[in-house]
Amino acid sequence: MKQPAANPDLDRLRAARPALEARQRMVRSIRRFFEEREFLEVETPLRIPAPAIEDYIDAEPAGGWFLRTSPELHMKRMLAAGYPRLFQLGPCFRQGECGVRHQPEFCMLEWYRADSGCDAILKDTVELVRDACRAVTGERFCHYAGHAVNVEAPWEELTVDAAFAAFAGRTPEEAMAAGEFEHDIVAKIEPRLGLERPCVLRNYPLPFGGLARRCPEHPDRAERWELYIGGLEIANAYSELTDPAEQARRFAESADIRRRDGRIVYPMDRNFMEALESGMPPSGGIALGVDRLLMTITGAASIAEVVAFPHETT
Amino acid sequence: MSMIPVSDLRKGAKLEIDGMPYIVSDFDFCKPGKGQALYRCKLKNMINGSTMDRTWRSADRVETPNLSNREVHYSYAEGDFCVFSDSETYEEYHVPATVLGDQKYFLIENADCEILFYNDKPIEITLPIFIEKQITHTEPGVRGDTANNTLKPAKIDNGYEIMVPLFVNQGDWVKIDTRTGSYNERILNRK
Repeated sequence: MKQPAANPDLDRLRAARPALEARQRMVRSIRRFFEEREFLEVETPLRIPAPAIEDYIDAEPAGGWFLRTSPELHMKRMLAAGYPRLFQLGPCFRQGECGVRHQPEFCMLEWYRADSGCDAILKDTVELVRDACRAVTGERFCHYAGHAVNVEAPWEELTVDAAFAAFAGRTPEEAMAAGEFEHDIVAKIEPRLGLERPCVLRNYPLPFGGLARRCPEHPDRAERWELYIGGLEIANAYSELTDPAEQARRFAESADIRRRDGRIVYPMDRNFMEALESGMPPSGGIALGVDRLLMTITGAASIAEVVAFPHETT
Repeated sequence: MSMIPVSDLRKGAKLEIDGMPYIVSDFDFCKPGKGQALYRCKLKNMINGSTMDRTWRSADRVETPNLSNREVHYSYAEGDFCVFSDSETYEEYHVPATVLGDQKYFLIENADCEILFYNDKPIEITLPIFIEKQITHTEPGVRGDTANNTLKPAKIDNGYEIMVPLFVNQGDWVKIDTRTGSYNERILNRK
C-alpha cells in the first residue's frame, strides 16, 4: 500500500485533538457558569473605528478601522444602557504580540457586573476557574513552568506594594522612576506568583491602572487585579472607571505616550465617552485569556499547543 | 552599520554589541498586563562562545554585525595558521588554528569549506559534515564481546582520538561527523 505523503501541518492538527477537546469542555463549562448566574451573552463588533487608547496595546489596522484589542468599550456602553450582567467569548487581536505566551489573535473572555466591583468579579473568577478545571480534567491542579497549582485551595492575595517589597527590593514608585516597573514585574515578581495556589496581585499604581477607578483609601493606587497561575498571567480585572473626566484624562495621557513614541493614536470613542457622561453604574469587569487558562489546565508549555491554528502555521 | 528593531529578533538572529558579534540562542517575548513589551534574549558571543542575557524594550533598536561568507577549499597548514583558498578568486585566507579548535583535526586537502567573516576577520569555519579518516591505531576488540554499544578508543593519522565500536580494526576507514567530532560509521569498500 502506498504511504501517504508526509504532511507536518496535518500531523500537527491531529496531535492537537486532545487539546481541542479539552477546549470544548472548558468553553461549555464557561457558558454553563454564566447561564446559571443569568448573564447575557453578547457579540460586539470585531472591526471597530476607535480601540481603547492604551499606552502599549497596539491594534491591527483593518480597512481604515481596526481589529478590536478587547470588547471593553462596547460592553461598557451596554452597562450604561442598563444591562446588569454581560459576558462575551471571542477573538481579540494585538499587533506584534507573539511568543510562547502570546498569539496576535487569541480568545478572550470578558464579563461585567453592574452595581458591583472587582471583589465580586474575584468571587466569580474563583468559581469559574474551579468549574473549568473540574470540567476539563476533573483535577484540582493546574500546571505551568513545572509548578502544580491547587485551584481548590484558598487563593492568595498580594498587593503590588507587598510584591515589590518582597521580590524586587524597592517600591513600585522607585521602579517606575527608573523606568523598570515592567522589568521588575516580568523578571522578579511574576515568576514567584501563584506557584502553589492561584495568586491575585492587586492595587496597581495609577499609571498602570488602565481603566480602573482609584482605590478610595489610596488615591495613587487603582482597583485593578491580575490573576497568576504558576507565574502565568491569566486575567485582568477592574472596578471600572466611570468618571468621564478622569477617563478623558487617562486617554489623553496614553495618547501623549503613543505620540511621543511615534505610534498611531486612535480616535476617541465618542459613543463610549457619551455613555460615561450619561452615567454608567459602578461596575466590575474582567478580561480572561481563555487560551492561557487552558494552557494551565492541560499543562501546555506554549499557547500554540492549545489552539488549532497558531499564528506560525496560518 | 544598520540597525533593526528588537521586534525583528528571533532565535538565531545575529546582532552586534560593543564591537562583538552575537547570536540569539534563546528569545522570549514578555508583556506584563498593560505594560510595555520586553524582549528577553540569551546571547552567545560568536567569537569566544561566552553567553549573556539582555532585555530590550519594544522601542529599542540593535545593530546588525557586518558578516559575510566565502566558499573556500582547504589548502595547507602553515605554522599556527590554516590556509584556505577562495573557490572563486583563489585568494588565500590565513585562519588562526585557534578559530578552528578541534576542527583542525578534520581538515582534508581540497575539502569544500565555508569561512564566516566578521568585518573581514574569519571567526567560524564550516567543514563538510562528514569526512573519511583511516584508523591508525586501536586495540583489537575482545572476542565474544558483541554488545552493540560498547566502544573503544582509536586514533586517526593526526593523533585525534575518537571512540569506535569494537568491530573497527586498525587500518579501517571510518566516517566522522565534524559537527560533533564523533564516529559515524565504518566504510567497508573504500575505493
